Amino acid sequence: MSSQAQPAVAADLRPWTDPDATPFISVKGVSKRFGTFTAVSDVSLDIYRGEVFCLLGGSGCGKTTLLRMLAGFESPTEGKILIDGKDMANVPADRRPTNMMFQSYALFPHMSVEKNVAYGLLREGKSKPEAMDRVAQMLKLVKLEPYAKRKPHQLSGGQRQRVALARALVKQPKVLLLDEPLGALDKKLREETQFELIRIQETLGVTFIVVTHDQEEAMTLATRIGVMTEGEIRQIGEPREIYESPNSRFVADFIGSVNLFEGTVASLNGAQAVVDTADLGPVTTTAPEGVSVGQTVTLAIRPERFALTRAAPAEGTPNTCRAMVRDMGYGGHISSYRLKLGNGRIVSATQSNRLRDEDPIMWDEEISITFPPPVVRVLTR
Amino acid sequence: MSAGALDRAGAGRFALPLPLKITFGLLVLLAAAGAVLLPQNAALLLGGLVAAVLVAFGLGRAAGISDRWLVIAIPMLWLFVFFLVPFLVLGRISLSEAMIARPPYSPLFEQGADGWEYAGSFGNYQFLAEDPLYASAYISSIRIAATSTLLALLIGYPLAYFIARSPEPRRSILLLLVILPFWTSFLLRVYAWIGLLRRDGVINGFLMWTGIIDQPLVMLQTDFAVYLGIVYTYLPFMILPLYANLVKLDGALLEAASDLGASPILTFFTVTLPLSLPGIIAGSMLVFIPAIGEFVIPALLGGPDTLMIGRVLWDEFFSARDWPVASAVAIVMLFLVVVPIMWLQSVQNRQEGAQ
Repeated sequence: MSSQAQPAVAADLRPWTDPDATPFISVKGVSKRFGTFTAVSDVSLDIYRGEVFCLLGGSGCGKTTLLRMLAGFESPTEGKILIDGKDMANVPADRRPTNMMFQSYALFPHMSVEKNVAYGLLREGKSKPEAMDRVAQMLKLVKLEPYAKRKPHQLSGGQRQRVALARALVKQPKVLLLDEPLGALDKKLREETQFELIRIQETLGVTFIVVTHDQEEAMTLATRIGVMTEGEIRQIGEPREIYESPNSRFVADFIGSVNLFEGTVASLNGAQAVVDTADLGPVTTTAPEGVSVGQTVTLAIRPERFALTRAAPAEGTPNTCRAMVRDMGYGGHISSYRLKLGNGRIVSATQSNRLRDEDPIMWDEEISITFPPPVVRVLTR
Repeated sequence: MSAGALDRAGAGRFALPLPLKITFGLLVLLAAAGAVLLPQNAALLLGGLVAAVLVAFGLGRAAGISDRWLVIAIPMLWLFVFFLVPFLVLGRISLSEAMIARPPYSPLFEQGADGWEYAGSFGNYQFLAEDPLYASAYISSIRIAATSTLLALLIGYPLAYFIARSPEPRRSILLLLVILPFWTSFLLRVYAWIGLLRRDGVINGFLMWTGIIDQPLVMLQTDFAVYLGIVYTYLPFMILPLYANLVKLDGALLEAASDLGASPILTFFTVTLPLSLPGIIAGSMLVFIPAIGEFVIPALLGGPDTLMIGRVLWDEFFSARDWPVASAVAIVMLFLVVVPIMWLQSVQNRQEGAQ
């Protein structure tokens, strides 16, 4: 199943890199306030046809409110939403080219699986035999044909999830909105279903907007991720971009684990900068634009980017220091270490167990850690 | 098995489970309160009941009957004493003939030439079937009760829906307003309608004053007044079960329907209404059943030609003093009510089974 889930659309076609591409969905300066509480604050984003866009954030960050505004269940206090070039301001939920898969699935308890799926088609004025044909196709796609006559309460959680997906997809919406689509499933089923979702998305070519709090899920599914907190979008980018080049301390810290070091820019030579830190000493790195000498910045280094060696690296290698192994945890595919630096600061590092098989680094060893300039991110926010 | 486990097992055998302890405590409290507050006869009755229950529990435990059965047995006993026994008495009287005696009906067994003979007959039922008055009274009662139920549903549903969709703190206030009329005596409220509906009543007075009408409307002593009275009186019984049902309705289902392209009206008919069917059935039963045997409202608000079985029953008992025919009328009415209830109950069970 995984081999056919080649993200061809995701990798080859990246319309967001093309400044002339027309976005399919445009959210322009949208805010939503409930009384004095601001759920969504001045959000702007463009989503392109065929994308799987993930809104990622903790609970209460406004991601679900944003999704509900796209579906038409809430109207923005400010700003506007365009879908396929059309302003959605006065378009009620039942006339929008979107369908939603609810977190609770919201299956109609008094209707069979087949009737649940047919519901949208019949509302659209399709004849019964025509609708039933489509329903049968859809149930085949989600592998639920044998359950057509069952009521929702006679299904397992995973089956209900697929009914909800079929019901939302059967009308061939231009946009499918998914609210924590895999939230109610257990881990194993969730991993399987992720690839299943991608398969279906690619088969149908529908644009997906997924709300999730699960970063792994977002990384796996998304063409691009929008990281949200406190009603704002902090960064929009491809999963790799979000992970490798976070634009702020918040994003770096929110996605995966990271070591953050405070420092001051000591010298600038073109794009190359040397940052003085209390923990690591002088660190050579590539500075983003607009950084000036004397500015306080944060350096971010992912744990897996540290190279751990017993022997000290060759003289003149930049960005290296000695550390003591305080703790070590075996995690199957990787081992994680907690290392103590000269000034007592603890940093975390991981090493693939493929590299670690022979004569592994163990507790209380003094080792060298090296972090070449490209792996160090300079964060100014 | 450890000593501790043995202890616990031992304690479990002889100690009462907590709910039963609470039940006992409440019963004893009730009895004490009753003895202080109630007049002597009632206190005796209550005390007797409590004693009977306690004895029943004691005997039950001694006989090894589980407590659960005993808990069920209390309401069963109540129903037996106050429903089944009177029903059997009525059934027995309905098989007799009226006579001027005390009690005013013939005995069921008579001393004949060769010992006791069964003297009952279904003559009264035959009489009911032959006299068109009774048939039309039944039909008219069912019609009035059914129409009132429908009206109560049409008025009660939107109200219940509105309350259920109100913000939570407001709901309890609105529900309180629905129940508020119960604080006044039912009879007083029906009398109050007489004052409103009369020829020179409040409504006619107001309409004449505004000049909308120049002749007073005849409202009192019409079927209209009976419908009004029944719907007014029983509306809370429609609203409460409907509310209880509608308040549980998952808002996400309505959003899902709208998301799939159903207009608000279609959403109502395809999702809200079918899911609230158990509430509709419960509310309708609570209105229909008392309405069919209603006596006070047609007697006070209805006209001479408002024919309802409750009035016929009253006339047979108190005017004609024909207890056997009256009993037969009551028994037939009971069956007329019970059969649809049982049907509705089975429909409801199936509905709930499906959810």
